[in-house]
Amino acid sequence: MRYLPLTDVERGEIKKTIGISDIKELFSCIPEGECYPSLAGIPSALSEPELIATFRELGRKNRFADHLSFMGAGACSHFIPEAVSYLSGKGEFLTPYTPYQPEVSQGSLQAIFEYQTMMTMLTGLDVANASLYDGATAAAEAVLLAVRRSGRSRVLLAANLHPEYAAVIRTYVQNLPIELLTVASNETSGRVDDLDLRARLDEATAAVVFQSPNFLGVVEDGRAIAAAAHERKAYAVQVVAEAMSLAYLTPPGECGADIAAGEAQSFGLSLGFGGPYLGFMAAREEFLRQMPGRLVGQTVDLDGKRGYVLTLSTREQHIKREKATSNICSNEAWCAMRAGMYLAVMGKTGLARAAETCHLNAAYFAAAAAELKPVAVVYPANFYNEVLIEVTKGPAADFHAALKKKGILAGVPLSWFDVKQKNRLLLAFSEVHDRQAIDRLLAAMGECA
Amino acid sequence: MTALPKLIFDLSREGKLGCGLKGADVPAKPVIAASCRRDGIADFPEVSEVEIVRHYMALARLNYSVDAGFYPLGSCTMKYNPKINEKLAAADEFQAHPYAPHDLVQGNLEIMARLEEWLIALTGMAGFTLAPAAGAHGEFTGMLIIRKYLQEKGDARKVVLIPDSAHGTNPASAHFAGYEVREIPSNARGIIGIEELRAHLTPDVAALMMTNPNTLGIFESNIISIAEALHANGSLLYMDGANLNALLGIVRPGDLGVDVMHINLHKTFATPHGGGGPGSGPVGVAARLLPFLPVPRVRKNKDRYEVEYDDPHSIGRVKNFYGQFLVMIRALAYLLALGRENVRRVAEDAVLNANYIRKKLEGKLDLPYATPTLHEVVFSDQGLPVKTLDIAKRLLDYGFHPFTIYFPLIVHGAMMIEPTETESKETLDEFITVMDTILGEARENPDLLRQAPTQTPVRRLDETLAARKPVLKWSRGENR
Repeated sequence: MRYLPLTDVERGEIKKTIGISDIKELFSCIPEGECYPSLAGIPSALSEPELIATFRELGRKNRFADHLSFMGAGACSHFIPEAVSYLSGKGEFLTPYTPYQPEVSQGSLQAIFEYQTMMTMLTGLDVANASLYDGATAAAEAVLLAVRRSGRSRVLLAANLHPEYAAVIRTYVQNLPIELLTVASNETSGRVDDLDLRARLDEATAAVVFQSPNFLGVVEDGRAIAAAAHERKAYAVQVVAEAMSLAYLTPPGECGADIAAGEAQSFGLSLGFGGPYLGFMAAREEFLRQMPGRLVGQTVDLDGKRGYVLTLSTREQHIKREKATSNICSNEAWCAMRAGMYLAVMGKTGLARAAETCHLNAAYFAAAAAELKPVAVVYPANFYNEVLIEVTKGPAADFHAALKKKGILAGVPLSWFDVKQKNRLLLAFSEVHDRQAIDRLLAAMGECA
Repeated sequence: MTALPKLIFDLSREGKLGCGLKGADVPAKPVIAASCRRDGIADFPEVSEVEIVRHYMALARLNYSVDAGFYPLGSCTMKYNPKINEKLAAADEFQAHPYAPHDLVQGNLEIMARLEEWLIALTGMAGFTLAPAAGAHGEFTGMLIIRKYLQEKGDARKVVLIPDSAHGTNPASAHFAGYEVREIPSNARGIIGIEELRAHLTPDVAALMMTNPNTLGIFESNIISIAEALHANGSLLYMDGANLNALLGIVRPGDLGVDVMHINLHKTFATPHGGGGPGSGPVGVAARLLPFLPVPRVRKNKDRYEVEYDDPHSIGRVKNFYGQFLVMIRALAYLLALGRENVRRVAEDAVLNANYIRKKLEGKLDLPYATPTLHEVVFSDQGLPVKTLDIAKRLLDYGFHPFTIYFPLIVHGAMMIEPTETESKETLDEFITVMDTILGEARENPDLLRQAPTQTPVRRLDETLAARKPVLKWSRGENR
């Protein structure tokens, strides 16, 4: 077998050295009746060409690629420069373990240090960790962090948080002494309702968790939310499901957020049917020693030469066990390195250009869609790259299905998440779209009247 | 020694471009107020494509990896990662949006269903969730499943028992699932004795978390009676499958009374570790726990694959979307390549290789537990003139990645060696020769080891300084 280098002769030599005649002797510690079960139900080995053919066949059963897609809602197609795929695919980045031996891991460590730096620049916050699993678990870890740091136990979740993020937060805290309350959304603005927020905030509130841009595509008034939270000495936690927005909108830290957490799939990771993606977390300095996940820090070696190590590990499970700030061990290190490569390649100019294009494409669509009979744009002002539309006749799911027949995946119907949201459709735009693609969408929508 | 690469920020020069994107071609103006938009990103890199490629190539050269050589990191199962799996996982036809309608992603759903079938066949568990993102995430998911199951039976319980040899993730995961952790000591043979278990098995025990083979590489041979004792007490048996590699095709945890277990696809099933992830930690359960698995669940209905999003008993969602799908592709590709002819050989060769190293180093290094071991062996630095750390660092000078050091915690100065099945005998012999050389140096010139490494891009790093004065990002004019 190509992955197993021992020859039968060598197996014989090893057996002789260790003093056994039958390999089964090595497994004599295992209850006899249960040892060496039948493998009859397991398929036969495939050669490499057969393996390729098998996956080609599986790939053929996928039909999504024939469609023009405007799907977003937490995962969004963005252009990935070839240099990013080339560099991140290097075995030197792909096949090491966690850098426990820093002397032979400076490549990974420096790459992640650079990634951490870029995430602080993008979020406007003091420190960023080396990654968490994804946007939803990053949001859940942010809840736990705010509770830990504040010593308070109540957390307010904005109604327009991504429903899967809210679900994961609920799963995470289900057995912990943490109370979750929902803050209503203002139907007119699509934003956190200021009155409801102020009514619910009190001295037991650890944090207000809001997403911006939110699940309806609307950019929240982060300054107002942070100010309201801070008045009650609660933390403001901004969740970001579309990291590209960080390069275009006022960063969370500048708006007053204390913690930013979310999904950075947009930074060079392919859609991959939902993962692996990249959870990120950045926070003000005061949270540093309470943060979850790995942190790479700069130091010097015995000769005084600059170098990097995993640091502040006394927060972590392998030292603190049940008293650790999180149970996380393996994280998304390779995704973080790849995101760093992406951000470096895109650079100051490229990233700003891509981020702006996402917004302008959405703006072009929204303006044109407003003129279309079958739909109305629900929030025509404060969006970034996602636009919520209301289908005037009939359920959005039917409208979506009709467009699918025309080869277009017109976003996601909100009814997939909330059955009460029958007529609404959320569409996402990015720099992978051009005017021609958006015109095709608009024309098809017009025909579906 | 080579000079270390500059930081990407120090390579930056105003006006340089790394990417060839054009701006928008739509006639549109921003609709969001200028007060909500940022004005550039100060100090963000401006570097040309060629300089970026050279920057990262220079960084790549500073890394040790499985592709470069032997990586006997105990409990991490650093086996070779087949190259075809990378190509398959990167193929365009699998990069669907996670919300793509199910009729357009039947191939992807089939991949998930087939991987689940493989995991069931290899472990004897009744069903799996593929959602957890990593091993620790799987542990947490498993603990939530146990808690929900017991809660619905009207007896949530408070305590989870964890042996002192366990990974730190076990107590941390149990804690975040709302449990109090009670540690139980390993016995003189390095395993959980049935008497030690009984002494701790009070009515408030929800479960025992057992790593099997454990972190000493020893099979928990009392597992069947342990499972029986737990079940008689109304408690459950959780198995940490971090070391499942030793058991592939040899024994199925489900046949031994395990109720819940997780698997590390990035260990046992050859997906690359990526310098610390992404992993993937599927969780398998016995039949009576199936209703509690997290959502979503892929199910086959006649010829079509469908996705179940609601289940009244489910613990809920542990991650967005479906999990680490591209890791699942790699794992399935690996298993299909192995097939029934080789899957058992993986475990056999892994155990052969580990026992070969054990035999060759036994007598030269202290072996704290004489019990037979499977896929890894744990020595200690007892009786040596140097510390485990010194030997590990000296190995770096000889071009090998060290073993896991100072773990498990029950062995003072532990050296935990796991060669895996993907190493040739020649490599093992080279490693053994180098270990002999280093042990000779330890006796004759221990300072050589205390000063090691000297052949690496940097020497020993000041970790105390890093923690005392944390520098976690580049700042203009600093980081010299």
